[in-house]
Amino acid sequence: MKIELRNICKSFNKKTNTIDNMNLTINDGEFVALLGPSGCGKSTTMLMIAGIYKPDRGEIYFDGQIVNDLEPKDRNIGMVFQSYALYPHMTVLDNIAFPLKQQKVPKEERIKRAKRAAEMVQLEHLLGRKPSELSGGQQQRVALARAIVKRPKVLLLDEPMSNLDARLKIEMREEISRIQRELGITTILVTHDQEEAMTMADRIAVMKEGQIIQYDTPMELYYNPKNYFIAQFIGTPPMNFLKGKLLNNQLHLPNSTVELDCEFWEFNRKETEVHVGIRPYDLKLGKNGNVYIKGTVSMVELVGHSKMISVKVGNEQVRFFAEPNISIEYGSVIEISTQTSSIHLFDAVTGRSLKKDGMNKGLVKESVYN
Amino acid sequence: MEITGYQTESTTMVISSSRWKKRITFIIAYGVLVLTTLPIILMYLWLLVSSFFEKMKFGFIPVHFTLENWEFLWTNVEHGGSMLPSIWRATWNSFVFSGTLTILEVIIGVMAGYALARTEFPGRQALMKTILLLHAFPSVALLIAVFYILNFMGLFDSLWGVVLVKTALQIPMTAWIIKGFFDDVPWDVEWAGLIDGCSRFKVWFSIVLPLIKPGIAAVSIFSFLSGWSEFLLLYTFILSDENVTLSSYLQKLISDPNMVNYGMLSAVSLFYMFPVLLFFLFTQKSLMQMSAGGGKGI
Repeated sequence: MKIELRNICKSFNKKTNTIDNMNLTINDGEFVALLGPSGCGKSTTMLMIAGIYKPDRGEIYFDGQIVNDLEPKDRNIGMVFQSYALYPHMTVLDNIAFPLKQQKVPKEERIKRAKRAAEMVQLEHLLGRKPSELSGGQQQRVALARAIVKRPKVLLLDEPMSNLDARLKIEMREEISRIQRELGITTILVTHDQEEAMTMADRIAVMKEGQIIQYDTPMELYYNPKNYFIAQFIGTPPMNFLKGKLLNNQLHLPNSTVELDCEFWEFNRKETEVHVGIRPYDLKLGKNGNVYIKGTVSMVELVGHSKMISVKVGNEQVRFFAEPNISIEYGSVIEISTQTSSIHLFDAVTGRSLKKDGMNKGLVKESVYN
Repeated sequence: MEITGYQTESTTMVISSSRWKKRITFIIAYGVLVLTTLPIILMYLWLLVSSFFEKMKFGFIPVHFTLENWEFLWTNVEHGGSMLPSIWRATWNSFVFSGTLTILEVIIGVMAGYALARTEFPGRQALMKTILLLHAFPSVALLIAVFYILNFMGLFDSLWGVVLVKTALQIPMTAWIIKGFFDDVPWDVEWAGLIDGCSRFKVWFSIVLPLIKPGIAAVSIFSFLSGWSEFLLLYTFILSDENVTLSSYLQKLISDPNMVNYGMLSAVSLFYMFPVLLFFLFTQKSLMQMSAGGGKGI
């Protein structure tokens, strides 16, 4: 089912808008993540799609039909809550079969379908238990089975994995992606964990203070962040930022000056303060690239396949990865560098990206089809 | 070997002395408890003994075992020149009174509590504050006003009239307690029900109510007990023997200080207490677990 949100506004205190004039289109069968820091309105958006909250202004369309006044029960959606929200007085089987019971599905078929849903999430051996006798991961599976049992048109996931441990999270991530693909169901995931959003979603809507800042594929968000906020938010470890000055086509960094190609970058004749962003993975030891940085080593962390090294450049910390067998001492001064094509520039005042559209497009495509 | 022997001895000594220390604290605690509860226990014991004997010499030595005091169970008893109403009639009335009170109170309280806990309406805060204030009113202060109203409605000298009055007086507290239980039910569970295909009413009835079962149990027990022990309203607004309840029956026995039959009074008191004791035995488990659940870590 195609979901469209048009000019949605929602306010809880009449003064400020929790959701401010939001537009969002989710195509049939698409997996979309709403990503943002806590309190940015992503759960509110989801609850409006579910029909729990009514938007103050604007319209919500399901397959072209306005559903603003449709009750949640008539919207044909399944939802997994952060707290799982299982019914504690019912057994696992009854929990899963509950949505079917409300649809007045005959008992035999109900049980058959509930069992099939339980099999999908590997719960068939726990059907007789009460939710309180299950572990967090198992409870989460019950919630997922309950959400998909009535074959809804839309699946809503409200931070479904935030209560699971790291290992279980990865397992559930794969499981949810698999089920979503098998059922071909339109899915919306609310999360504050950018890694979760990046690995699972087809497209991500990054939200901040009730507004969508950028709505794009994970790769686009990673390689072409529209502004400083997105660049900061997406990617682990986070992007490194250095303060720089842009004058004509010259970028002045603490220890180097780089000439930029005006085909790819926007700049004017005035001097502009900029944030220079470089992904940790793009920085290499040595002076091979044309953008280079000099700094003192302040931290060396071994992460198995490589070493993560923090370098102090002026007042900023810059992280990069080095081969695990290279020996680097604390306090030593080293030089690291990268290519001009790997840097991001953001206006320090407006936060806007100064990269012109078209740059790196080829690179993104290459990565997508890899 | 000797060394080991010495060690065991010393450890046993340490253990026994620490054991004694523990015991002493227990003994002191229990001693204080026994001393303070003894008078109450003795009073009940006196009640039991005096109901089975003709009289108590010097007030505490039972003389002559008899079942005469329990005669009211099988015959109509004469007291102070008039016939007392049948005890079974009074018992039945007491049950009807407490039972109806409980049912009304739970139904209204559960609905009012939900509205207070979960809906936004103008004046909600003010209403919650006045509810507590209402409970602070002693029912004696309202006796005359209530009399006029009952008389006007033709409900004077009827059990139903008193049931309504008592319910009205109890509802604020019941609704307040129930509201606390509803507050503990997470919104998520309710929303999940709505999304799973229930209407708001159905969610309330089939998901939220089962979660607050312990609260409903507690409130029903309390209202039944308060109905069973109600005296003032029943005594004031009910005159006819046919509508008498156990508490008023008991009052009839002591209304004339010169004619009190203490043996019979004890027996009737015990009879009045008995259902409450039974009730407690069966319901104390639900009284103990007063918390609602849902969500994670249920």
